[in-house]
Amino acid sequence: MRFSFSKMMLWLGLAFLYAPMLILVIYSFNESRLVTVWAGFSTKWYGALLENQKLLDAVANSLKIAFFSATAAVILGTLAAFVLARFKGFKCSTLLRGMITAPLVMPEVITGLSLLLLFVAMAQLVGWPESRGMTTIWLAHTTFCTAYVAVVVGSRLTEMDMSVEEAAQDLGATPLKVFFTITLPMIAPALVSGWLLAFTLSLDDLVIASFVSGPGSTTLPMVVFSSVRLGVSPEINALATIIIGIVTSLVFASWYYARRVEKARLREQRALSQS
Amino acid sequence: MELLKRLRQSWLLKPRSGVIAIPYVWLLLFFLVPFIIVLKISFAETEIAIPPYTDLVTFDDNRLTIDLNLGNYAYLFSDDLYLSAYLSSIRIALVSTLLCLLIGYPMALAISRAPASTRNVLLLLVILPSWTSFLIRIYAWIGILKPNGYINNFLMSLGIIDDPIIMLHTDFAVYIGIVYAYLPFMILPLYANMMKLDHSLVEASQDLGASPFTTLMRVIVPLTKAGIIAGCMLVFIPAVGEFVIPELLGGPQTLMIGKVLWEEFFNNRDWPVASAVAIVMLVLLIIPIMWFDRIQNRQTEEA
Repeated sequence: MRFSFSKMMLWLGLAFLYAPMLILVIYSFNESRLVTVWAGFSTKWYGALLENQKLLDAVANSLKIAFFSATAAVILGTLAAFVLARFKGFKCSTLLRGMITAPLVMPEVITGLSLLLLFVAMAQLVGWPESRGMTTIWLAHTTFCTAYVAVVVGSRLTEMDMSVEEAAQDLGATPLKVFFTITLPMIAPALVSGWLLAFTLSLDDLVIASFVSGPGSTTLPMVVFSSVRLGVSPEINALATIIIGIVTSLVFASWYYARRVEKARLREQRALSQS
Repeated sequence: MELLKRLRQSWLLKPRSGVIAIPYVWLLLFFLVPFIIVLKISFAETEIAIPPYTDLVTFDDNRLTIDLNLGNYAYLFSDDLYLSAYLSSIRIALVSTLLCLLIGYPMALAISRAPASTRNVLLLLVILPSWTSFLIRIYAWIGILKPNGYINNFLMSLGIIDDPIIMLHTDFAVYIGIVYAYLPFMILPLYANMMKLDHSLVEASQDLGASPFTTLMRVIVPLTKAGIIAGCMLVFIPAVGEFVIPELLGGPQTLMIGKVLWEEFFNNRDWPVASAVAIVMLVLLIIPIMWFDRIQNRQTEEA
């Protein structure tokens, strides 16, 4: 009987989180253009998506930006997290810490506006970037994704056993070698999840990209937003279903994989302790 | 020679400094410097030009002129629109944060008490929605709430109501949208904090005869204070500046400052006023942001 209230809230909360998405998925197979009235099963909206060239171009743009932003953010974010976790108390470390945590909560309109004004000022001062587009979106996304990666990698670094690194150092390995042969393999899972997080954050961003984009660099959220502003449309439902399907299968695949690795590790440990 | 040696020993040339410098310089340039530029442009005047604002510092005829225009700020405080937009943003964000906490706290508690094997699945189920598109999750509510949407269709087919209830384009829809979108960000820090909870304290309280509710309020809640604050800040601060949710779910009477800034920038093309709006918003949020910073850093230092 105890804590049954919290259990009930958990199930209600999960229902609240999933019911709207479930409805989206079901009605993406609706025959009628009127999204909210069921008129029979059809997959024609999926076909319509494939003929929407504007949308497909936007998807290609978004994937490109997300790939390069996530990659750059993993490098910068790992460096930042490493520096903060291992070089304790260097000059102005508080400022770096602040610049890592503040982007996590900064309202997007402020970040977007400030970056746009920076790019405009840079164009005036040094003549670069000449015009805004994919590059400026990439710079903007890399910056806010770096903060998220640094948090993910940072928490792994602090819970990691430092004695292995110290042992390598005592045995004469250079700091660079310690980092690449000891630290990096140990934090690799965090790098992967940081990369995936950055990738989805970049794919998902509408506000910041709207501020810093230019002609020819329309991303997927911008196309979706301009369509959604006009009301519901079955094509957006179909698109939503595809996104939900991809994310769900990737997340569960990685969870399953992580669980198998963990189980294999436990088995190995048990075998070692028995022998 | 002596100089060269000193130079090599100076902190600037150590390889360590190089490693520190890369993320440092990047974040300075793309995170901190932009705010200074926003501050600068908030003191400029609109001009029909590219870019659409005047220079603050001009130099001609051997005369250096620094022209600070306080008009944008005066304008913000003289027009009721901005003041009420700030106030109603804070009110909406505050209520939504409270709702998230009331829903999220028992959920986090239930997850942290679940057996270890199901705990990860439950956590995954909470996070999963935030990995799918934010825009599409907000969009889902348009179909649910609109006059001929799922809720109204359902209630009318049962004969409970004759005329549709107006829910879309109201503040109510904005609350639902914010709670829906930000709930996972409330649950995660709460859960992380509850997992560190010392269970013997909870047991001690129960052994001494406290009711489950007393144990919750006097033992569990105080011990998870850091998680509550972190979760609330993660919801409250971005919610104040939210644009997408009031734009899609709110009505014309829904005033939120993020929307005002967007319209000032994209529709009126008034960059200086948009910058002033952003600066005032930052001033309002700086205390919550620094609070969040402190909580976050204390947690990493403890670990």
